[in-house]
Amino acid sequence: MKIHEYQAKELFRTFGVPVPDGGVAFSVDGAVDVARGLGGYPVVVKAQIHAGGRGKGGGVKLAASEAEAKAFAHGILGMTLVTHQTGPEGRLVKKLLVEAGQDIAKEFYLSILVDRATAGIVIMASREGGMDIEEVAANTPEKIIKVRVDPLTGIQGYHLREVGFGLGLPKAALKEFSALLRNLYTLFVKNDCSLLEINPLILTSDDRVMALDAKVDIDSNAMFRHKDLLEFRDLDEEDPLEVEASKYNLNYINLDGNVGNIVNGAGLAMATMDIIKNAGAEPANFMDVGGGATAEMVENAFRIILMDEKVKAVLINIFGGILRCDVFSQGVVSAAKKTGITIPVVVRMEGTNVEEGKKILAGSGLNLINAVDLKDAAAKVAAAI
Amino acid sequence: MSIFVNKETKLLVQGITGKEGQFHTRQCIEYGTNVVAGVTPGKGGQTMDSVPVFNTVRSAVEATGANASMIFVPPPFCADAIMEAADSGVELIVAITEGIPVLDMVRVKNFLATKTCRLIGPNCPGIITPGECKIGIMPGKIHMAGGPAGVISRSGTLTYEVVDQLTKLGIGQTTCIGIGGDPVNGTNFIDVLEAFENDPDTQGIVMVGEIGGSAEEEAAAYIKAHVTKPVVGFIAGLTAPPGRRMGHAGAIISGSSGTGQAKIEAMEQNGIRVCRNLGTLGELCKEVF
Repeated sequence: MKIHEYQAKELFRTFGVPVPDGGVAFSVDGAVDVARGLGGYPVVVKAQIHAGGRGKGGGVKLAASEAEAKAFAHGILGMTLVTHQTGPEGRLVKKLLVEAGQDIAKEFYLSILVDRATAGIVIMASREGGMDIEEVAANTPEKIIKVRVDPLTGIQGYHLREVGFGLGLPKAALKEFSALLRNLYTLFVKNDCSLLEINPLILTSDDRVMALDAKVDIDSNAMFRHKDLLEFRDLDEEDPLEVEASKYNLNYINLDGNVGNIVNGAGLAMATMDIIKNAGAEPANFMDVGGGATAEMVENAFRIILMDEKVKAVLINIFGGILRCDVFSQGVVSAAKKTGITIPVVVRMEGTNVEEGKKILAGSGLNLINAVDLKDAAAKVAAAI
Repeated sequence: MSIFVNKETKLLVQGITGKEGQFHTRQCIEYGTNVVAGVTPGKGGQTMDSVPVFNTVRSAVEATGANASMIFVPPPFCADAIMEAADSGVELIVAITEGIPVLDMVRVKNFLATKTCRLIGPNCPGIITPGECKIGIMPGKIHMAGGPAGVISRSGTLTYEVVDQLTKLGIGQTTCIGIGGDPVNGTNFIDVLEAFENDPDTQGIVMVGEIGGSAEEEAAAYIKAHVTKPVVGFIAGLTAPPGRRMGHAGAIISGSSGTGQAKIEAMEQNGIRVCRNLGTLGELCKEVF
């Protein structure tokens, strides 16, 4: 689960990680109020959306006066912010973070993440703060400090020293940095983060360290033990169809194409999207109804796909294992009768109880196109658009 | 021959009295798997059908000599269940459970490094040696015993699709393993490749990967250096957008890493025949094996 920068900074404050003074605002007046409360200028006005690259897109401005702060808040709030992470359609800005400007001496990069390859928790840091870290890693890997922490023993003093000295921090800032990093690690573990990134972390001219930015992703699988973090979920940042699908435990991602598809299993769902593309069409979604789907889940999956106006044809690809083909077919028939189908639907089923499933579909009176195998299914759905 | 499981495997099931646990235990028994015990804390002394249920894995192992475990315990308690099995001397642990927090798995993986057991999964369909032993949720009847193909995959139903194509073309399987779709898991591609290379009955290997991480790239380099048998590969998710988790927690392209294209290139450069269209994977295996 992604959360906003202002929410991440709330977590930072709770765990003793220094951040600039500031607050969230939902209106221009609110932004001015926050700015006034900071007791001086400059202030920074930052768009709050779930995507990086906001500065380059014009969503972050430094205001030298109240008039400027007001003008920037007016300009950013309600704008459609396009960054390299939002896609060309961009994201509507509904929230601002207004913060006290800082006297920056140096900028650094600092992150904590789960390393799949070593099954460890890795701290990454670089003196190249504010830069695209992937670029730094690709072009000058020697500039990246990587420290692996054994999750069974947790963070030790030497981890902190390796990063702190590696960044070349002045002696006066080392103690504060060590506390910051130790607290950050605790925050990461206690909240089941999958990624925590500060870019930039700054050193001020009076040798203090502070997180100027904050990006935190929480492991969706761990939400059962973080009910308190659920309030950070922002449905405005999610696709409405995806929100609807999540109510029924359906794994659904809305994409740009015009062939809707319903599949059981994530791997097979991805492969089905690929095969649609191979046949010369474009997938409109990823939809995994899961191994243990009920007829009701299938019904909702079908309904959600049909709600998507881009969809001009549907490919259903089911390999019945735990999910029996007869159960699946009942769901399809029920959904089709309730919503009505006006577009071509190609069905390819295989596996447990496939004959019963085919009988249910054939006896339903629905106009479905049967496919014998995957190749056949993809060709038929591409031809049907 | 086969790898990891065979007729001698004595299976216990953790979470045997739950809905999923019961259903799949029965399916495994029906297939011919020797299920000797179940474990559900608080239900020791009962039976599930004719399988005795124990309170702890240790007591189940002591009483029955079980050497493998299949786990259906819900996500919040699954890390505990895996470590319990490992600490009780179970040699092969197959964790079916989907949705375990990644930091739990990070701790489990580091704990298991101090043990000699093998973990398959989590979030996986399990392992089957057709005709001998099925540990997991895959439909048994789509498989065909006797080899020559060994199948290894990160996915569930996608593996069934592949196996079904092989069986329909008369290509049997020695052992099929789903290693799971989570970012941190137990057995990886390389462990299985090594075992298939050493198994005389496995004459060809099908490796099914997907986007996310770098396991396929590492496996490809290993194949070039150590595997003499032909390998056919497939990668799911070429059309997946970056930054989105495609169902599996591990199936996510982050930045420039984990893309399907990079994986296919790495595999082809290392001598793997990569199938571009899932519908033709069986045919390619027929040609190569």
